[in-house]
Amino acid sequence: MDESKHGHAFSCLTQMEIRFLDAAVERLIPTDDLGPGAKDADVTVYIDRQLSSVWGTHGRNYRSGPWLEGTPQQGFQSRLTPQEIYHVGILETNQYCKNVYGKNFEFLTPEQQDEVLQALEKDKVSLPSLSSKLFFDLLWRNTEEGFFADPMYGGNKDKAGWRLLGFPGVASGAYNTHINKIEIYRAEPVSILDIQQNKAKVDAQGYVKHVMIKQKDGQ
Amino acid sequence: MTPKKLKPVDAVVVGSGVAGSIICMELANAGLQVVCLERGRLVDPQNEFVMPYTNDELKFDRHSDIFQNLSRETITFRNQMSETALPMRELGSFKPGEIVGGTAVHWGCNARRFLPYDFEIRSRMTKKHGKDFFPEDCTSQDWGVTYEELEPYYDQFEHIYGVGGKAGNLNGEIHTGGNPFEGPRSRDYPNPPTLSTPQGQLFAKTAQSLGYHPFPGPAAAMTRDYTNLYKLHLGECQRGGFCSSHACAQGAKANPLTAVLPALMKKDNFELRPLCNVIKINKDSTGKQATGVTYIDARGQLVEQPANIVVLATYCFNNTRLLLLSGIGQPYDPVNGTGVVGRNYSYQTGSKVQVFFDDQEFNPFIGGGMTSVQFDDFNGEALDRTGLGFVGSAYIAVSSAGATPIKSKPVPSGTPRWGGAWKKAVAHNYRRSFSIGVHGSCQSYRQHYLDLDPTYRDSNGLPLLRMTFDWHQNEQKMLKFMNEKCVEIAKAMSPSTYSTHAVPTKYSIIPYQSTHNIGGAVMGADPSTSVVNKHLQSWDVPNVFVVGGSAFPQNAAVGPTETIGMLACWTADGIKDLYLKRPGQLMV
Repeated sequence: MDESKHGHAFSCLTQMEIRFLDAAVERLIPTDDLGPGAKDADVTVYIDRQLSSVWGTHGRNYRSGPWLEGTPQQGFQSRLTPQEIYHVGILETNQYCKNVYGKNFEFLTPEQQDEVLQALEKDKVSLPSLSSKLFFDLLWRNTEEGFFADPMYGGNKDKAGWRLLGFPGVASGAYNTHINKIEIYRAEPVSILDIQQNKAKVDAQGYVKHVMIKQKDGQ
Repeated sequence: MTPKKLKPVDAVVVGSGVAGSIICMELANAGLQVVCLERGRLVDPQNEFVMPYTNDELKFDRHSDIFQNLSRETITFRNQMSETALPMRELGSFKPGEIVGGTAVHWGCNARRFLPYDFEIRSRMTKKHGKDFFPEDCTSQDWGVTYEELEPYYDQFEHIYGVGGKAGNLNGEIHTGGNPFEGPRSRDYPNPPTLSTPQGQLFAKTAQSLGYHPFPGPAAAMTRDYTNLYKLHLGECQRGGFCSSHACAQGAKANPLTAVLPALMKKDNFELRPLCNVIKINKDSTGKQATGVTYIDARGQLVEQPANIVVLATYCFNNTRLLLLSGIGQPYDPVNGTGVVGRNYSYQTGSKVQVFFDDQEFNPFIGGGMTSVQFDDFNGEALDRTGLGFVGSAYIAVSSAGATPIKSKPVPSGTPRWGGAWKKAVAHNYRRSFSIGVHGSCQSYRQHYLDLDPTYRDSNGLPLLRMTFDWHQNEQKMLKFMNEKCVEIAKAMSPSTYSTHAVPTKYSIIPYQSTHNIGGAVMGADPSTSVVNKHLQSWDVPNVFVVGGSAFPQNAAVGPTETIGMLACWTADGIKDLYLKRPGQLMV
């Protein structure tokens, strides 16, 4: 079962939605020889947790009408919350996939999935309830966040996103002495989650003590 | 509902940010009974803003609860008067704060003075280039006060905020290593300048080889342990990034929470009331004097706080909105060009050229606290304007802000937006790139202004503020010129490749640009074109002072925070030395 595979109890997304998102985020940030992609980094878990948060219900957004479409410069004007955008966007995109390819998004070939994602991004799919670009932009924004935010939010599993970049995570107190130097600072990344779980050492001020990674030749 | 009426105080200050906190401190030091009303909540920074929790990009940069909560109040926006303004439903272009300490809790510590030219742009440029120099619709104007008058207050602010830098002009004498184009300063910065990252060093070397005059950017993140003018201790910045948009765990970022409030809160004649949202300034029957303010407290009760002096010291939007909601000053009418409240709303301009080095790695996550190298050769009067055809100017900088992984992943133009090729480009370039940034001025124009929205209301049922704003071809021309200069610098660095960004044709509320909104209640020498006089005192209701970015008649190239803090020091001195001798009267 997908749910147990992620090791997380989903509170917002349904099984069908989890399968859709696993397939979609894997195309957006694929697993390859550079390392895990968004699916393996548990970005779907991240999205589920965000959709259950204040953000997922637009708790801090202005939410009074009238609801007019506006110009592109006027920004987000949808009546729908992120929770609703995901529920509706996935349902209606799957319907589109069935109409065009005869099956749900998750069962398409990677090339077909890319075609669908590109069409959504370019607003070329006319979904009944919302702009396909709106859905895509939110999905991509959350995928990027889930891949690169602290693992405490459920994504970026094993700090896959940070390892990809060479980003060391929580700052070390040693930066101040390193700031003007040309030597490459490459450390095993440390997350807030690591510190919460006592997996990383911190000094009296809470700065981590990074374990440095030795440079290989030619890197 | 009848408000609960409290005992009168000497002064009520609305807002506890950069401006409000300093005004409160200075007036309390002078012995006045002062109450500060702040709509945001109180935090205990030593418990809440601690490592590792401040190093959380998602919490602070994307979802922060120290920014304005738009569910209660926002603004509406349109590019031009013919459009219907719609509410800014989520934060994007700018991030006003909503917390004790205000927007400065999450500022980036860019602490520069404006140039003498900035305060007199209209008269100096007209004298030099003729009156046709300004576009016909440009309403930029002199501030009614000069740099020379304000210099002691810049100095005062820098010694409250512990600014680190290197003087370029000490009492008229030019010093190498500092900014030779700055206005004369009466003494050096209280702290030494920031060290430069290898990116900054490369930029400095290249700029110098092209004949420019680079200097370390002045920063209000402590470059050493520092005890400030209010006897408060600020710790040395560790340059761990997570600075702008974030609260600081080190107590190294000067802001009201570190540099003012701990001393202010100890005073018996001062009271801070958080979660109190001021909705109106009350006037007496003549309409010429304010009697105090009305606010909604944390429990939702309507409260009236009588006061002899009312100081509005909120973000530029709310200063303007409270004047409009209270009927103080004539609202601006862009069609006839009459009225003043809401006039000369402006912003700031920016651009960049991204350079990529396949064979060189940097440590882009090290930095923050305005670690930067910049130069002013295209700023103010240093810029040779022959044949340029635009008003205004910019400074060029390489800032090492601490590249956080959600938002800082530069890739060369032409890279796909997602997928395997994007992933590869991100992995390759994160440590091999930095940007040369343009930070530019923005003039004010007749058709760009603030007023009350006819349709949308806040959670109290009061009209939202409406912003009408777009990019003007003057600023587009300027950015195009500055981009070309950045490309020259980029090429001189011999990068593997570089990416330029097209100058936007229309202003959009969506992408973050800067929290440098200004104007709406501008200062000046002429009541027909300003809301407040040179002492930031309302022309119409002389016991009301309106302090903040709202007072800027147009925006300079550099960040506004230091000038806002300076104006607070200047206003407080005006109240203490002049106003209190003739209370209720216009100061001259």
